[in-house]
This record gives sequence, C-alpha cells and structure tokens, in this order.
Amino acid sequence: MTFSMEAFTAAIDLAAVLLLALGIKGLSKVSSARGANALAALAMGLAVVGLLIEIRPDPIAWLWIAAGSAAGGLAGLVTARRVPMTAMPETVALFNGCGGMASLLVAMGVALFDGGKSDIVALVSIAVSVFVGAITFSGSIVAMAKLQGWLDTPGWTQSRLRHGVNISLAVLCLVSAVLLPGDPGGLPLWLLMGGSTLLGIGVTLPIGGADMPVVISLLNSYSGVAAAAAGFVVGSQLLIVAGAMVGAAGLILTQVMCTAMNRSLVSVLFGGALGASAGAVGGGGSEAGYTRITSCSAEECAMALEQAERVVFVPGYGLAVAQAQHSLRELAKLLESHGVDVSYAIHPVAGRMPGHMNVLLAEADVPYEQMLEMDLVNPEFPRTDVVIVLGANDVVNPQAKNDPTSPLYGMPVLEVDQARQVFVVKRSLGAGYAGINNALFEMPQTAMVFGDAKAVLNGLLSELRSMGVGKTKVTA
Amino acid sequence: MSPLTQSLWVLLLGSLLGLELIGKVPPTLHTPLMSGANAISGITVLASLTLIQQAGDNTALLVIGALSLGFALYNVIGGFLVTDRMLAMFRRKGDSR
Repeated sequence: MTFSMEAFTAAIDLAAVLLLALGIKGLSKVSSARGANALAALAMGLAVVGLLIEIRPDPIAWLWIAAGSAAGGLAGLVTARRVPMTAMPETVALFNGCGGMASLLVAMGVALFDGGKSDIVALVSIAVSVFVGAITFSGSIVAMAKLQGWLDTPGWTQSRLRHGVNISLAVLCLVSAVLLPGDPGGLPLWLLMGGSTLLGIGVTLPIGGADMPVVISLLNSYSGVAAAAAGFVVGSQLLIVAGAMVGAAGLILTQVMCTAMNRSLVSVLFGGALGASAGAVGGGGSEAGYTRITSCSAEECAMALEQAERVVFVPGYGLAVAQAQHSLRELAKLLESHGVDVSYAIHPVAGRMPGHMNVLLAEADVPYEQMLEMDLVNPEFPRTDVVIVLGANDVVNPQAKNDPTSPLYGMPVLEVDQARQVFVVKRSLGAGYAGINNALFEMPQTAMVFGDAKAVLNGLLSELRSMGVGKTKVTA
Repeated sequence: MSPLTQSLWVLLLGSLLGLELIGKVPPTLHTPLMSGANAISGITVLASLTLIQQAGDNTALLVIGALSLGFALYNVIGGFLVTDRMLAMFRRKGDSR
C-alpha cells in the first residue's frame, strides 16, 4: 500500500513538472500563450493535490490550510479582477513580492520554531531562503511603489556612497549567515533578515523608472530561487525543480528585455537612474531647454489627418495614463473608413513594461496585425504621411541615433523623424523617463498638440466628423 | 545517492531546463510571460503546506504557515488570473501563427 501510494504521488509530481515546463515554453508563443497559462495553473493544482495526498494533513492542519487559502485566494481573485490594465506592471511586482514573502516566512518559521534543525544543509537552505526571499519582497515592493508614483528616486541614492552602503549590508548578511549555525533562531537570523530587507531596498531604490521592467523580471527570477531554497528547507524536490526552472527562465527573460532596451544588466543594476544623472547635466529637461517649438491645434492636426494616406500612431505611457486607448481605436476606425492606412508602432519598452502597449491596445480591440514592432515599422516611416505620437517621449528621441553624448545613445528608437509630418500629443514639454530634451520636438516637421491624450483624440474625432470624414459609416 | 546529492541534481537539471525553455520571446509577450512565470514561482505553497502539516500543535508555526500560504496563494491565484486577463486580449483575426 505504501509503495503504490508513493508511486502514485511520484507520478503526480512528475506530471506536474512536465506540465509546468510545457506551460513556460508555451507562454513564449503568441498562439499558445493562453492555453499554456491554463496548463501551468493546472500543473500547480496537480502539485498541490499530490502533496495533500502525500502528507494527509490532520484536522487542525486542515483548519489552518483553509484559513490561509481562503484569505490569500480571495485577495488574489479580487486583485486580479479589479486592477486596471494600466497598472499591470505594478501588480506583477506586488504578486512577486508576496511570493518572496512566503518563502521568507517558511524559512523563518522553520528556523524559529522547528527545533533540532542544526544540520548544515538545513541551515544553509534557511539562510539562502531568508536572504533571497527578503530581497525579493522588499525589492518588489519598492519597484511597485516607484511605478505607482508613490516613491521618487531620491537624489542621495545617486551618489557613489550607495555602493558602500549596499556592500556593507551584503557583508552584514554574509557574516550573519556564517554565524547562523552557532545560534540558529537567534540574533544572526534577525540580522540576516533585516540586512537582506534593507539590501533589497538599497539596490532597487536608485534604479530609474525606465529600467523597472528589467528589475521586476530579475526579482521574478529571484522569487524562483527563493522557492527552490524553500524546497531545500522543507525537503520537497518538486519545489526545487519548479523554483529552479522559474529562476533560470526568469534570468533568460531578463536578458531578452535588456537586449530590447540596449542596456546591460550590470548597468541597470549598478548604473543608477538614467534621468537623475543626465538631469544634472542637461538641466533636467525643463521647458526653458527648448527654443524652436511649434504648437498647433486639434483642428490643424485633423486637417493633416484628413489628407493623409498613411498614418502611424505611436502610443506611450501618456496614452495609458489618459486611458485613451478606446478613443484612439475609434479615431483609427474613422480614418480607416475614410480610406487611410492606419497602423500602430510599438516600441518594445513603450509604457512602463515591455508589451504594455500591446496589452492596452488589445483591450481596445485593436487588431493584432496592426500593431507593428519596431523592426517592422521603422523602414515604413519614410513613406508615412502623418505620425501621431501619443504620450511617448524617449522611445522616439532621434538623439539615440545621432548624438553620442546623449544618455539614450544606442537605444533602438522608433525613427518617426523620417515621416513627412509628426504631431506629438503631450500634456507639457516635461521630460520623459530619461530626463532629457527630445530633439524631435524642435524639428521642422514636428508640431506639438498640448493636452491630455484622451481629450486631444476626442477633439480630433469631432473635428474630423465635422469635416464630413466617415459619413458613409456611422461610428457610435 | 544521499537525499542532498539527489536534491542538488534536481536543482541542476531544473535550472538547465529553465534556461532552455525560453529562447526568442516576442516583446508582446514579455509582460504576460513574466506574469505567468511569477505565478509559477508561487509554488512555495507546497512549502507552506508542508510547514503547516509539520507544525503539529505548535500554534506559532501554524500561524506562520497559514500566513505564508496566504501570501503564496495570493501570488498564484492573482498571477494566473491576471496573466489570463492579459492574454485574453490578444484577439486575432484569421491568425495563422
């Protein structure tokens, strides 16, 4: 009986690992992504059921399991339902932080209350689990707060002193970990936890918002490592393999993202915020920095659109903030009914996270085929009549190509300056994430349309309608 | 093989598998993939469950276990649902890929 039971749970574990692997793999292809996500969720459920069969919790344990599951599950359900699409990056960071917290709690629980843990393997796993779990937690919460705008990048975090502080914290963690076997559950454990938490904050706080996606991806990888370490703590091989898989896959994804932004991981982690250092040199991108700005009204912009044969929209974070994706889609439909060729140029890091714009536009029912990635759309700009930049800034800055002194230099950008006419819809001349001026705004073919993206788009819609555009097709 | 060596092998092979799983990812999927992988990292639920089971009548351990289970499950349930919400938006007309 015991043997067959063991074989049964082992088979469930193997199936779970296989499905998890297939899930991660499937998530990297558009056609299979949704099914793969469901598959991974199924695998997770399978792993939990398998474990419950194996450990057979007693009634008291069931009670606590039910309490924890109900609280966490319900909160997860509500958060996932309620959170707006614009806040997706922050949400992922929050979830990730909670995963790290869970690993941290398991290790602390075992260290503090599960007496007799004195063998070196258990202690090393506890130390690793506490260290990585605490960094994941505090780092993710800082990342979330920065993306939400609750936290700025304080100037003092940009001084070189921060490396000294972080190194001291790392040394403190290492020393505490080494002292742990002498007094398991005592002072070294608390020092390790405190030091790691502060280290997570110290490392994440100086990083600028533009690099946050990379940081979240890296922290996501850490939470896999934390899970694997927790697997060593409680002796679960399924946990080890799943944690290791997520940790390694997360590392690759982080690398892919870095490549898309033309940044190295080292410069993201230790280079500080792009904007804060550039701001000191370039005057912070204040309005005084611009001399040849042309601004125009929605009416003029609408006239240009009415004449155009080919229009490309470049969405950015401003579009997300204004929740203007539906107005944009409506405008695009109107133009299409007028015979205009419309597409959307998606920079890989437009918005606050790679893929942010795709998600947002998809929400407004923009056909997938019209969202063009950078490599596809850049050769098209020279034969584009009108480009409308909606709340994007750094990703269309031509200095990234032409100006070796610019902090953006080398970042692949959308070459909208090649188009015949460019309208930039923006609330003000404020700088983007990189905190520098944008040469595009001063080019002769560029005109600024100041205003909230949604208000401007609605203005364009009514202007175009009053010109009689789209009379043949009624749009609600 | 001792349990430790076995676990280290599992760690090694799991990491190698993870490195191979993802090759090229279209930028469209960066966020959903990150979110999905994040949900999977909530597999710490297994550790939380084990901890609760091992707690016996140690109330402090039961509380910590239930707390960590709550956090982990928040990550799992929220993560998978939010990923699904994102992916559900990629509707394709006559998709051939």
